[in-house]
Amino acid sequence: MMEKMIIGRYVPAESVLHRMDPRSKLIIVFLFVAVVFLANNLWTYLILLGYTLLMAALSRIPARFLIAGLKPVLFLVLFTFFLHLFLTKEGEVILEIGWLSIYEEGIRQGIFISLRFFLLILITSLLTLTTTPIEITDGLEILLGPLKKVNFPVHELALMMSISLRFIPTLMDETDKIMKAQTARGVEYSSGPIKERMKAIVPLLIPLFISSFKRAEELAVAMEARGYKGGEGRTKYRQLQWKNTDTMMILLLLAVTALLIVFRG
Amino acid sequence: MDISLQNVEYRYSVGTPFEHLAIADVSIDIPSGSYLAIIGHTGSGKSTVLQHLNALLKPTKGTVLIGSREIKAGRKEKNLKGVRKKVGIVFQFPEHQLFEETVEKDICFGPMNFGVSEEEAKRRARAAIFQVGLSEEILEKSPFDLSGGQMRRVAIAGVLAMDPECIVLDEPTAGLDPRGRKEIMDLFYRLHQERGLSTVLVTHSMEDAARYADEIVIMHKGKVRKKGSPKEIFSVPAELLELGLDVPEVVRFQMKLEQTFSTKFEKVCLSQDELTDMVASYLTGRTSL
Ligand SMILES: Nc1ncnc2c1ncn2[C@@H]1O[C@H](COP(=O)(O)OP(=O)(O)OP(=O)(O)O)[C@@H](O)[C@H]1O
Ligand SMILES: [Mg+2]
Repeated sequence: MMEKMIIGRYVPAESVLHRMDPRSKLIIVFLFVAVVFLANNLWTYLILLGYTLLMAALSRIPARFLIAGLKPVLFLVLFTFFLHLFLTKEGEVILEIGWLSIYEEGIRQGIFISLRFFLLILITSLLTLTTTPIEITDGLEILLGPLKKVNFPVHELALMMSISLRFIPTLMDETDKIMKAQTARGVEYSSGPIKERMKAIVPLLIPLFISSFKRAEELAVAMEARGYKGGEGRTKYRQLQWKNTDTMMILLLLAVTALLIVFRG
Repeated sequence: MDISLQNVEYRYSVGTPFEHLAIADVSIDIPSGSYLAIIGHTGSGKSTVLQHLNALLKPTKGTVLIGSREIKAGRKEKNLKGVRKKVGIVFQFPEHQLFEETVEKDICFGPMNFGVSEEEAKRRARAAIFQVGLSEEILEKSPFDLSGGQMRRVAIAGVLAMDPECIVLDEPTAGLDPRGRKEIMDLFYRLHQERGLSTVLVTHSMEDAARYADEIVIMHKGKVRKKGSPKEIFSVPAELLELGLDVPEVVRFQMKLEQTFSTKFEKVCLSQDELTDMVASYLTGRTSL
């Protein structure tokens, strides 16, 4: 029932993006988030779109799958679009239906902002689709390393993150199982009135919470039993390797940034 | 109510890189009142088959007939409640589905979803709790204060209270102690005999398959490898061993006996009594083995 969701999932494949160092991918994503806000006209948005599509193509993840997987968030994108469409009251009036009037600026804003939103989601999804959760955490831990100096619990944060990421698929499986068990007991999740469906959440959430707490406790006991102690002095099994491709990809994004600065209005 | 799978195929996650063919070309008939056991190595598709029996999964190819209801690949199905009322499923580790404040409420949950009145549901809860071998006091307790074995029984009671015409069991006794195991299996067998409940059992216990089932289906790599009565299935132990499955202890004992004395009995025995009789008559027939 939830098998189409792709957010937060890793898809193993052989591609340039898969082989990159997680650190460079993280840097690129952070940079991209900032760079997106440079775009403010048709050309700059086209450049951004082109860059994002290029990255999607490089990931070698089937387009069909990407689109199907992004469908759930497409709703949010559309919502953003209509919000701006109806609430922006600048520029010329293009259309009037009763009390509702749509302005030129509304269409512009709607398209640009929802596109910006969409690109951000796509780029971050590409990160998680091509990088295992463990790699992401390793990368983050190193990138945030300097913060240890100011007593920021970097290692603990990274550990928390890797544990949560690790358990997302487990939680999805569990959700699916419990949904099926309750469906067999007469609950309807995919049809029926909204009120009934809201009520159907309870028999799903309670078992999920209970098993999550149980699992957390077991994990804690298992770690304790093996004498886990993170941070200082703990060696790493996986070593990250910065390669030429990583430098090149960052340069590519810098080039795109330069283009955006040139073309922005 | 008869259930029948006709050339059923199921793929998980169609259209994604995770697409996975779980079962293919599976045809199984479950006539009203029969007891079918499905055995097979882990990952052979048993649970996937089971979920077709009350339309939790819809085939990606082929047809499933549940009573008069036809579920065909590629068609949108609505109103499946009627089907789910008739076919109760006890999942692997059913205790994970408990959620209500009290055991009684949890048992009543299923029946009331299917439109049974509260009084009637409570009456059924009481009956079901006795059937699974627990006492009445437990009805007022929170399901989360119970032991694992008790939770399992409560979950089973929740399915029984739906009063299904067919009951589908996915390794219902996994993780129970031997006595609990026998009690639960005997309970299902009694219901099968007394009420004519069609029963489908997925099990890793060859003993249970041999003891209770009228028919056994062997699944292997998502396909039906063999169908037959327990006698037919266990009379060729070599085939089962080759599939990574076991044979009941009695059959293994008989094999050893035949090997040691280089002889061959005329039939395969599925219970100790049967084997004892056979050996006895063999001994009286001839003076020495
Ligand atoms: N939700 C799912 N998504 C993707 N693949 C699945 C899913 N559930 C099962 N599978 C796959 O389908 C195949 C059959 O699984 P199934 O659970 O039916 O096996 P099984 O015979 O019940 O095994 P077991 O004895 O371990 O319970 C397996 O290869 C499994 O990996
Ligand atoms: Mg199974």
